[in-house]
Amino acid sequence: MLSRFLSFGCTLTLLLLLGVAPLLAQDRGDVLIQNATVHTVTNGTLESTDILVRDGRIASIGQGLRAPSGVQVIDATDLHVMPGIIDSHSHIGISNVNEATRPVTADVGVGDVLDPYDVSIYRALAGGTTTAHLMHGSANPIGGRNQTVKLRYGDLNPANYRFEGAPRSIKFALGENPMRVHGEGQGIKPRTRMGIEFVIRDAFRRAQAYAEAREAFANGERPAPPAYNERMEVLADVLEGDLIVHSHSYRADGMLMLMQVIDDFGLNDTFVLQHSIEAFKIAPEIAAQGIPVSVFMDWWGFKFEAYNAAAHNAAILIRNGITASIHSDSGDLIRHMYHQASKSQRYGDLTDDEALALITINPAIQLGIDDRVGSIEEGKDADLAVFSAHPLSVYAVPQMTFVDGVKRFDRATDPDDMRLQLNPDGNVAPAYAGEAHSHSHAHPFDARGHGEGCMQGVNLFEFLSTK
Amino acid sequence: MSFLLSVLLTAGLLFGTPADASASYDRGPFAITNAELVTVANGTISNGTLIIENGRITALGTDVAIPEGATVIDAEGKSVYPGMIDSGTRLGVTEVGSISLTQDYNEVGTLNPQLNILTAVHPNSRLIPINRTAGITTVITEPSGGRISGTAALINLHGYTPEQMLVDDVQLMTMNYPSTGRRGWWDRRSDDEIEREAQEAIDELNTIWERAAQYAQIDSAHTADPATHTAPAYVPEMEAMLPVVRGEMPVMIRVNRSADIRSALEWIADRGLDQVVLSGVAEGWRVADLIAEAGVPVLAGPVIATPSRSSDRYDRAYENAALLHEAGVTVALRTGEDANVRNLPFNAGFAVAYGMPYAEALRAVTLTPAEIFGVADELGSLEVGKQASLFIADGDPFEPATAVTHLFIDGYQIPMESEQSRLYEEFLDRDPGSALQVQE
Repeated sequence: MLSRFLSFGCTLTLLLLLGVAPLLAQDRGDVLIQNATVHTVTNGTLESTDILVRDGRIASIGQGLRAPSGVQVIDATDLHVMPGIIDSHSHIGISNVNEATRPVTADVGVGDVLDPYDVSIYRALAGGTTTAHLMHGSANPIGGRNQTVKLRYGDLNPANYRFEGAPRSIKFALGENPMRVHGEGQGIKPRTRMGIEFVIRDAFRRAQAYAEAREAFANGERPAPPAYNERMEVLADVLEGDLIVHSHSYRADGMLMLMQVIDDFGLNDTFVLQHSIEAFKIAPEIAAQGIPVSVFMDWWGFKFEAYNAAAHNAAILIRNGITASIHSDSGDLIRHMYHQASKSQRYGDLTDDEALALITINPAIQLGIDDRVGSIEEGKDADLAVFSAHPLSVYAVPQMTFVDGVKRFDRATDPDDMRLQLNPDGNVAPAYAGEAHSHSHAHPFDARGHGEGCMQGVNLFEFLSTK
Repeated sequence: MSFLLSVLLTAGLLFGTPADASASYDRGPFAITNAELVTVANGTISNGTLIIENGRITALGTDVAIPEGATVIDAEGKSVYPGMIDSGTRLGVTEVGSISLTQDYNEVGTLNPQLNILTAVHPNSRLIPINRTAGITTVITEPSGGRISGTAALINLHGYTPEQMLVDDVQLMTMNYPSTGRRGWWDRRSDDEIEREAQEAIDELNTIWERAAQYAQIDSAHTADPATHTAPAYVPEMEAMLPVVRGEMPVMIRVNRSADIRSALEWIADRGLDQVVLSGVAEGWRVADLIAEAGVPVLAGPVIATPSRSSDRYDRAYENAALLHEAGVTVALRTGEDANVRNLPFNAGFAVAYGMPYAEALRAVTLTPAEIFGVADELGSLEVGKQASLFIADGDPFEPATAVTHLFIDGYQIPMESEQSRLYEEFLDRDPGSALQVQE
């Protein structure tokens, strides 16, 4: 029967078949979750507690709450509820990752290529993740703009994934990747870490001049505006503090370099370090400058600048008073961020709330959306993840995930095949042959599922053959 | 002299002399007291004592005398487990992922049975201490290139030479079964091309096997009657295939896609191979009954992975081991990892969360692989006479919050230190630094 539907090549038919269609009509939900263990993250853990959601927001938290008429009631006895997980570094749900054609590409943004059909979005929801910071790749010292999204899987309009009101952000990248792509690959700067500093400072100075010229024209001090340049427009906004700079970084020296540049241009309040394998080595310096850091929990060794690593990185940063988060950078890890966070109790003895903060309130702060998400508080968005057990236990199984009060994942009722689009003429359900390895950075030629990795979009075959 | 004995004697020369009394690897004797002994083979003993002497478990139970001079480790509130075994890794044969000159698992060429992974195992790899301190004492380290990649080996994660690390001469010929899957998102071949290439690869494999069989015949004839039968011409690949076609060396077949698993099982039956294991087996759940029927054990994993198809239910990789076990397949677990072999216990934990009985998952990282590799008399459980490869933990080792506190490999007490724990110690409260730190 499925094949008959397929023969019509009708996406809509399939949508109905998969039972996703009901979600389309509604994107803010009402629900009463009763009798759960509630991990608020910011106000401790509440036993036998109810959460009432109205119009996509958390209306009240307490005991003995009544469901208004028509509001669905979910008995969460023996279940645990935590804030929807926030991944501050992901590349799922976008058609392109890298515009690897020049060292500065502030004029592009992944928000223009959102792909609501990527099943990775659903799989992330099935791991309790509700918000993701979709990032441009790491090919360029100054890459493209990123996009913070809510995982509203089932909605087919890419625009509806954008996190309303989230600050804009842009990707920077230090170290091996931009050096390999541009210096080794194309024989242009940067081929060294010195070159990276120059490319970034140079772009900032040019953008400053551009903004000054724009300003001078506005004040009547110039007869004409500067020739319009989208790249300079975006960088001028960066210098105004309108975009948060999220910089891919591995080695401590690179981080210190960029921290100095950022300080020189007065951007300390709109700067986040990403990956930051060696951040723990300069935790006091990072803390003194007040820079938040988002790190891998335990990935290491996949390249030389990731070799001097410690899985204790996140814990050391937290103990030094830094707003630290952990991220996935992977279509696999984004499905079990709660498990990644739990390892901070093996590698550094974080408390439950500190461990959960790594994937909730701390990334929310880093993305500038902590007034909306990242904890279970009245008035916040009803982005909630429901687990069978304490989410920091290896035995916890995500049961339901709500985004704006809409249940987007339900382990008990969701069908197996959650794709939203099939191509009847294409290859049927390609199976990947290799091992489902997770670090996309490590082995570019191994099969590890699609839609992953900071170097995606850089043609590695072509690239390596011309080396 | 058995290989093992020679290893023990060599090790004894290295560590056992009085001059070496201050060596960092102590060989006891040890008495672990007041512990919960999770034997795996014979249930759990509360408030038990376990004795380690000369590298072996010499006694365990509730009424055990502590030998004179033994170092006593009070394990009050803690549990002792047999060392975990990861049935598929690249430990020792890769150091830095992106630097090809540090990678020794993927040789040029498609037919390399003459290559031996032990040749390339680096005993001082920084990865080894970082991973073993999770309670992993023993791993399969394996090559992966071409069609026949070379021999994989079962190694203890302690030793100064690959030979000291090798457990009981366990070596397996590693083969990549021809695949009809895609290599990744960048694999743009058509379905027909993939099918054709896979068929060609199977034909090639059959040719290799037939030639190896012929080579073995010629070799056997020569051995039996050197006067009338000349020795086969020297062909290193064929020479290396001799123990394989004669059934003296087990074969580890790496295969993941269901159609390929089906094909591999038929191929195994056609060849009459009985010493054979499947490795990877990502889509084993689709053909679990067939695998069970064939009676071929599997080294399944990684568990924590995405499904192999976008159409699959999101948790298929998590469930795979449980579904295989349920169908009656003998399942050991593997991470397929190098830098993060330490996630083996969490892979086992996920298998439990998604349906595998706890005892079976624990077995799948201890006694089951020991049985599959034919070393159940040496490893895999806490039993008198076995190698003292075990660890002490303050809780369930599959839970991330649990701390592994002591580790023994082949009787040596292994320091719970690694480059990463050293960095943690140095940088948690770095000096200089405190003056710069924000106020708590």
